[in-house]
Amino acid sequence: MTEWRYWLNEQRGTLIGLAIFLMMFAVYIANHPAGLTANVAQTAANKGVLLAFVAMAQALVVITAGIDLSVGMIFILTNCLASWIVVGSPLATTAGVVGVLAAGMLCGAINGLLVIYGRLQPIVATIATGAVYFGIALLLRPFPGGSVNEDLADAVTGRLFGVVPASLVLLAAVVLLVWIPFRRSVAGRAAYAAGSSEPAAFMSGMPLRRGKFAAYTVAGLFAGMGGLFLTFFTYTGEAAYASGGGYTLWSIAAVVLGGVSLYGGRGSAVGAIFGAFAARTTGDMLFVFDVDPLWQPLLQGVVLLIAVSIGAAGLLRVRNRLEWFR
Amino acid sequence: MDTSGNTAAMPLLRMEGVSKRYGGVRALENAHLTVGTGRIHAILGENGAGKSTLIKVIAGVVEPDEGRMLLGGRTISFRSPADAAAAGIACVFQELSLIPDLSVADNIVISNPPRRFGMIDRVAQRRIAEEALSRAGAADIHPRALVRDLPLSRRQMVEIAKALARQPRILILDEATSALTASDVEKVFAVLKRLKAEGLAILYISHRMHEIAELADECTVFRNGRNVESYVAGTRTDGEVVEMMIGREVSTVFPAKPEPSPDPPVPILECRDLGWGERLRDISFSVGAGEVVGLGGLDGQGQRDLLLALFGVLRGTSGTLLVDGTPVAIASPSAARVAGIGMALIPEDRKTEGLMLPMTVRENLSFATLDRLTKRGMIDRDAEQAAIEEMVRLLGIKTAGLDIPVGALSGGNQQKVVIAKWLMRKPRIVLLNDPTRGIDVGTKQEIYQLLRRLADAGAAILFYSTDYDELIGCCDRVLVLYDGRIVRELQGEGLTEHALIASALNVEQADQLEGA
Repeated sequence: MTEWRYWLNEQRGTLIGLAIFLMMFAVYIANHPAGLTANVAQTAANKGVLLAFVAMAQALVVITAGIDLSVGMIFILTNCLASWIVVGSPLATTAGVVGVLAAGMLCGAINGLLVIYGRLQPIVATIATGAVYFGIALLLRPFPGGSVNEDLADAVTGRLFGVVPASLVLLAAVVLLVWIPFRRSVAGRAAYAAGSSEPAAFMSGMPLRRGKFAAYTVAGLFAGMGGLFLTFFTYTGEAAYASGGGYTLWSIAAVVLGGVSLYGGRGSAVGAIFGAFAARTTGDMLFVFDVDPLWQPLLQGVVLLIAVSIGAAGLLRVRNRLEWFR
Repeated sequence: MDTSGNTAAMPLLRMEGVSKRYGGVRALENAHLTVGTGRIHAILGENGAGKSTLIKVIAGVVEPDEGRMLLGGRTISFRSPADAAAAGIACVFQELSLIPDLSVADNIVISNPPRRFGMIDRVAQRRIAEEALSRAGAADIHPRALVRDLPLSRRQMVEIAKALARQPRILILDEATSALTASDVEKVFAVLKRLKAEGLAILYISHRMHEIAELADECTVFRNGRNVESYVAGTRTDGEVVEMMIGREVSTVFPAKPEPSPDPPVPILECRDLGWGERLRDISFSVGAGEVVGLGGLDGQGQRDLLLALFGVLRGTSGTLLVDGTPVAIASPSAARVAGIGMALIPEDRKTEGLMLPMTVRENLSFATLDRLTKRGMIDRDAEQAAIEEMVRLLGIKTAGLDIPVGALSGGNQQKVVIAKWLMRKPRIVLLNDPTRGIDVGTKQEIYQLLRRLADAGAAILFYSTDYDELIGCCDRVLVLYDGRIVRELQGEGLTEHALIASALNVEQADQLEGA
């Protein structure tokens, strides 16, 4: 009888993230001229999945009580790389996909090594590596261009059975095959423990370094998946600095919306996905309300503030003020 | 393994000439210790005597500078807590080693979770956790509960269950009972006696003399990093042991209480029908000038909430609070400390709610009084220095300087800093939440005397303690709480350990509640 209440307590942040997304998406759909058609869902899913991958990457690092300011740049770098190597025969394309994902993991692993063995503050280390990753992206693609295997791209960004957005199925598969195993592994638990109380984890003999390294590396993998998907979505590669920075900042907003605590130890990448979709909807909302483009950044900020406030509304009910600081 | 018979006396762990220095400080010097299988060995000493360092060496947290350790006859050296755990050493630390955001079951199996197909097997994990909890006598704790949601006494039981789940050969308990309720302590003792019979070697560190008298086979006393003496339990009187520990004779533990006056004292703090949701109900009492009033009962019956409610931390409280007969509304701790009210709260957990550990002793001491130490918006350094020096002298705070991090002080001195920080404001109402938890005998006595001096100077003191001896020795009256209500008020001759325990358990009412 009480089992489900413990489950609810564990999942609270994720469920609040889901609720915020559903609320915002409902407003969006209600005001969309076409309503919820397969086409609208497909576009929303494709755009949402881009941020969702980057937000999942951010969530992993935030869970260890770190922050990764290079996720957007890994996303851009892998996009540029994919626009070179994910082409040609099925075999060549497969090799390209593997190469892109490996590059993402490598970027994440480098971040992890700097933070764990270099003992650098995550925020500074990833500002530096982010600049390096963007620099490599720029060398790969000084000008926008390149191409991608269009059959694969269309399959991944299209619809299954004419209704289900393929990108959502892909995202669900990643959650099942990468996130859940990580969450249930010893390394995953060590990553949570590191974020929750590193001294206690150390005293308990937990494999802290392995856990944090795994978190950073899998974060790189997720960011790389995002970059690959961006290539499928746009058919090109572009070293766009503003875009990389934007994705980094929005990924932080997304994890907070999705109930991941910036203090570490709490939340899940699934929550970050909902947060990403909610954050994405803030932009689309302005489109359906036909807002003057000049006003869009301002209003998007306001909508984001409202969304974050909904997530923080729980604090109003706190009856012991000490809990504000926990 | 050695099979030369006589297993009861077989030394399992030996330490020979172990030393450890931190900078210029000798935390442990030429320490010797022998612990046998099937024995409970108590370690006694003041805080700062080297006990914690000794334990950390055995548990692989710090590496000794000199000396050697033998386990079952073999020389060992640990590079990490994981090494020590692999050798069969499990520790229940004074500083809790639980991860707050993980569940109880996650925490219990944390060093070696059961795995299937490379992933943690959650069914097996649940089973191990349930077994360990019931072995520790804490089957009331749900394995899925998050540790952060549990009160301190339950966390400590989880910590013990966690150590047991490792199936250790050597079990170390460092002040493991300091936050436990009396009934939990009994359960833990029963478990320890069973483990001893099963052949475990147990190292038991405690400041509570009667616990050691009940449990230990052998005792070793530490002072200033050296082992002063090892003896068979029961061969020394309490007085002799305390003398060995602090190196000086102790007179009476508690200061004398004043004779109860025929007229009730002028109430400074008065509380009428205070309520807070389900946690506090119909709380009415008063504390007069010069009175030390205790809060008793089992842990988690609303004592902490009551203190927080008075101090303006809780929202949505009902009832009336009067200070000097005038109704007041205290909306926050900063409102509680204003001149007209003059309230101070010494919090439960000095590490999180009492001190800013990385900041200096000076900064920590003046935090609560900065509003009075400023001149034209700037902190008046001279006034600050004078106020701090007065406090360091008054409380006898031992520190290498005012500009070192407060975290570098011993536990007892840290607690003195917390108290001094509030005394600097000259409060008229002093609330204390279990202020002597995990601090040494000497400092405890100083705190008792300080409380009485404050009361004699006209302050009203409300004092929650989990230690019954303390309540009996220090307080003029004790209010016993059960399920958020004051169920009994004990004073004078009626204030005995028996009466405290009986009213804390409140047996009749418990039956009624279950029936309802």
